[in-house]
Amino acid sequence: MRSLSRTAAVLAASALVLAACDGADEEPAAPAPAPAPSTSTPAPEASEELSGSIEIDGSSTVGPLTDAVAEEYASAQPDVIINLSISGSGGGFERFCGTGDTQFSNASRPIKDSEAELCASNGIEFTEIRVGTDALTMVTSNDSPEGLTCLTTDEVLRIWGPDGVDSWADVRDGLPDVPITIFAPGADSGTYDFMNEDVLDIEQPRQDYNASEDDNIISQGISGTAGSWGFFGYAYYINNTSAFRALEYDAGDGCVAPSPETAQDDSYKAARPLFVYVRNDALARPEVADFARFYLDTVNSVIGDVGYIPASDAELAEARAAVEASIGG
Amino acid sequence: MSVLSTPAGVARAAVLDLSAPAARLRRERLFQAALMTATLIALAVMLTLLFDVLSDGLGRIRSEFFTNYTSRRAEDTGIRTGLTGSLSLMALVAGMAFPIGVGAGIYLEIFAPNNRFTRFMQINIANLAGVPSVVYGLLSAAMFVYIAGFGRTLITGALALTLLILPVIIVASREAIRAVPPSIFNGALALGATPWQATSKQVLPVAMPGILTGTILALSRAVGETAPILVAGAVFSRRADNEPWNLLEPFGALPVQVYDFIKRPQAEFQIETAAAGIIVMLTVLLTMNASAIILRNRYARKR
Repeated sequence: MRSLSRTAAVLAASALVLAACDGADEEPAAPAPAPAPSTSTPAPEASEELSGSIEIDGSSTVGPLTDAVAEEYASAQPDVIINLSISGSGGGFERFCGTGDTQFSNASRPIKDSEAELCASNGIEFTEIRVGTDALTMVTSNDSPEGLTCLTTDEVLRIWGPDGVDSWADVRDGLPDVPITIFAPGADSGTYDFMNEDVLDIEQPRQDYNASEDDNIISQGISGTAGSWGFFGYAYYINNTSAFRALEYDAGDGCVAPSPETAQDDSYKAARPLFVYVRNDALARPEVADFARFYLDTVNSVIGDVGYIPASDAELAEARAAVEASIGG
Repeated sequence: MSVLSTPAGVARAAVLDLSAPAARLRRERLFQAALMTATLIALAVMLTLLFDVLSDGLGRIRSEFFTNYTSRRAEDTGIRTGLTGSLSLMALVAGMAFPIGVGAGIYLEIFAPNNRFTRFMQINIANLAGVPSVVYGLLSAAMFVYIAGFGRTLITGALALTLLILPVIIVASREAIRAVPPSIFNGALALGATPWQATSKQVLPVAMPGILTGTILALSRAVGETAPILVAGAVFSRRADNEPWNLLEPFGALPVQVYDFIKRPQAEFQIETAAAGIIVMLTVLLTMNASAIILRNRYARKR
């Protein structure tokens, strides 16, 4: 009995505490941090101590890259808290342009016209920042036929197009009669969009394949099935090179293997740009502008760890100029 | 007679006394073997999973794993975001769900008039206990993120989980209160206690072990839920701690953290780090379940 009333008292007290703490305090009252160590950031604000919080959402491909930059940023500006969510390129733009509660949006494809219109109708101006490159990588099982090392655009269309064939013998003369088993991203994925719209230029591919939004499932399916075919981002291939064989891609000028070099010099035609979008009005906040600059200065030192390919210096310089223009204007 | 006191004793006595034919005895043994196999299968699957997770993840369990935020390098990464987020969520959910759930249970079981409205509520609460968790997440996203304007913050996540486990706590409280013999309540009334005095001083102390067990088991279900808090806006990464009194901060959570590890392309993240995250989550769960048992035993002794 006594212990019951004590429990009740504790609960009542905690309820009071909860009610009392309902005040909105965005800034955590952290003790003043030690001065930021002078890291490699040449940005003019690097010595200044900034605080605040930055909301970022978007692509699951770009998310780990932004998180790696945020990890570095935490040692430069420990009081700026970066909250990173991952709801896909489209989901990210929905928040960025629709509810407008994010300052940055990660995207593994350029913003669509419909999304840009939504931004415009809500009065949100933005700057596109090119942060890296991904090579869409086609793979097959190590147990697949020997002759299968390179595919032309026509052959990919025969596999993945709306009237896809079921045997490798029908893809190219000389390949054995082994059934094709496809594991590939589903229709909600930016990777799927990129393969159809930018690589092959088709409305819709075949639908009788094993679709998954989880790249792990795709890579397990491909490595375990002889005659398999599928595609995903370069990071999944480069982190598991022994599990399957990457296919070279021939867009008309000969077979090219996916690699950082071929993606950068544009000879590999299934490379895709990775973007971060930033709201122009948010760039007026010093911590947002600082993080945008920091991102471009730091991205090439972390992008290899994440498994993507650096954008060219010219592209990064262009992005830097665009950010500076938006900060200035 | 004493041999008949347990079901196993009853079965054994029946077999012996009837001097059943050999065929029936054999069938009896076969049946027992089948039941035994069913038990062993469940146990074997669980032990295999546990062994797999422990062998993959134990190597990663170091103090840095608890004190570091997420990192792109698997050996440096940690679950601090998820751990502080989940613990804050639990504190808030317990603080909100327990008083409301138990209060509703007491009202429905002791004070509510037996009319159509009460029966309607009872049926609805029982049904709500079976609603898929993502539905509560969507409801909270609409209600608390946008209409109430809390945004994708800790309080939104806590409210989503509170809604999710409230029906479970109400049902468990009612069951526990119903299990108290009516003679205790009636006896108190006969001695001049008011209904509330009889409830708070006599019925609740007896029912409390059952209520606590139900509440803590519901809470430990809430710890593992991913769908509702993802919809309510849990973040994958932030390099700051959650505290239960900072209600309007973005929040992380253990299951979301494990999900993030599994989605990363590097094998060290998918296998070892994810397993280590699962071990931490299991430890939190087992600690909560153990505290449920300890609390129950303590109340049972004090009575």
